[in-house]
Amino acid sequence: MNDLRELYEEVILDHNRNPRNYPKKPEDCNHTAHGFNPLCGDEFQIHLTVDDGVIKDVGFEGAGCAISTASASLMTEAVKGKPVADVEALFEEVHRVLTEEEQVGHPEDLLGKLTVLTGVKEYPMRVKCATLAWHTMHAALNDQSDVVTTE
Amino acid sequence: MTAFAEAMVTEPLDTILDVAAIRRDFPILHQRVRGGPLAYLDNGATTQKPIQVIDTVSSYYSRDNANVRRGVHELSQRATDAYEGARETVREFINAADAREIVFVRGTTEAINLVAQSFARPRLKPGDEIIITEMEHHSNIVPWQMLAQQTGAVIRVATVTDSGEVDSGVFESLFNDRTRLLAVTHVSNALGTVNPIREMIRTARRYDATVVIDGAQAVAHDTVDVRELDCDFYAFSGHKLYGPTGIGVLYGKMEHLASMEPYQGGGEMVLMVTFEKATYAKPPARFEAGTPNIAGAIGLAAAIDYVKGHGLAAIRAHEKELLDYAQRCAAAIDGLRIIGTAAEKGAILSFVFDQVHAHDVGTIMDSEGIAIRAGHLCAMPVMKRFGIAATARASFGIYNTREEVDRLIGGMHKVLEVMGR
Repeated sequence: MNDLRELYEEVILDHNRNPRNYPKKPEDCNHTAHGFNPLCGDEFQIHLTVDDGVIKDVGFEGAGCAISTASASLMTEAVKGKPVADVEALFEEVHRVLTEEEQVGHPEDLLGKLTVLTGVKEYPMRVKCATLAWHTMHAALNDQSDVVTTE
Repeated sequence: MTAFAEAMVTEPLDTILDVAAIRRDFPILHQRVRGGPLAYLDNGATTQKPIQVIDTVSSYYSRDNANVRRGVHELSQRATDAYEGARETVREFINAADAREIVFVRGTTEAINLVAQSFARPRLKPGDEIIITEMEHHSNIVPWQMLAQQTGAVIRVATVTDSGEVDSGVFESLFNDRTRLLAVTHVSNALGTVNPIREMIRTARRYDATVVIDGAQAVAHDTVDVRELDCDFYAFSGHKLYGPTGIGVLYGKMEHLASMEPYQGGGEMVLMVTFEKATYAKPPARFEAGTPNIAGAIGLAAAIDYVKGHGLAAIRAHEKELLDYAQRCAAAIDGLRIIGTAAEKGAILSFVFDQVHAHDVGTIMDSEGIAIRAGHLCAMPVMKRFGIAATARASFGIYNTREEVDRLIGGMHKVLEVMGR
């Protein structure tokens, strides 16, 4: 039960009910990628406006479970206005913290508000939900046209 | 008092089967998972195995293991007798005319692929038509799509109604003189609908179409008599019937099997081999190239003995009682919609919440030790038909209890509580 409360924290539920930067495709967006986990049915488009090495604007479209939706929403808040290099580093950090078995360092120091996503670690089948938006954003930044999946 | 609470106090206890005794036969059921005792309600995906099946497989490997139909030694004879004995057990189970009409395969999927490639592929011409329904599992769609690409045949799809039944008017209208094949599920894995396959087969007969029935969700839950049905092919899996994984059955009428090309080449399926050519064995060996899943077949026979021992009519009645109870309680929950409300249903309850994704439902159930399925259930066209990406599904079996249904309903309320905060 405590695991469940940690997974479905108020922040997650809030971002699921009222996703930020959603549904949104910035008019001047210049990077887009498509993420799809066919077994789950979670499917998102991540749109980025990158200007002078900085993420000026971000939005996403699509639909998924509470975890994938909240993760995408939290991600858009976390990356907006940040240099691409910092965002790529954050992506690596989120991916590492969510997928590694042994916890190295304190997740709050590394992830701040995004620490709420770590509740998913008690439910290994759901990690792919939390990471989908992040991998999709990473693909968008690197102009990968293949559909992204974390299944 | 809510309808849920009312139903709880007025209903009698399990009486049709001795469920307490049955549960003692299934070692896996007696464990705690996360926050509670395991309530295994994912029988549509796979069933658990009784100790009788586990012991049979274990004893085969401990005492009798050898290859079949080759070698002259004692163990090979024992293994062969047990393997062919299993074929006879299957024959009797579905009332086939002859044990040679029973082909052991890996599962329903392989059985359907075998029919598509060995029976249908050499016979179909461009423009010939294959009828399937909108409620088919991917395993009864994709093999026909591959076949259509190979032969130029065309797939026609019978749509389903809002309640999840095949639209009989549309179904009838699809048949014409180009119809060659009807491939339809006996019981829908996603909706629970029991199709009126007797009538469907009769319709197909009028157009001389060959009928393939996907029985994966049917054989563990009601009596199947392939001769009474008069189907040409009937496919099912062992693991959904309390038997091992990796073993399944294709029943085919001998007149078809005898005229079919082999499925795979190799040992066991030949009479004579030179470097110029091979002559093929008669069915069923023709379709069982290589060393078969001997332990699986023997385990499947033990599983069939087990369900027959309890009686399929009693199992059907028990599961129907669970389903009716669960549906009544679920229908009273605001914000929950039951997907699949056919008049005739197997022991399957699919449901969605207006505001909650099926995977969140699955995780919240899991946190209480309740195992259900969540996802598209390998039936994406059905999901599309009902305008949903995924569904949660509880599916019942011989060992499930009313208490477990109560916990399922409790889990549904918990979903609303957790996600509605």
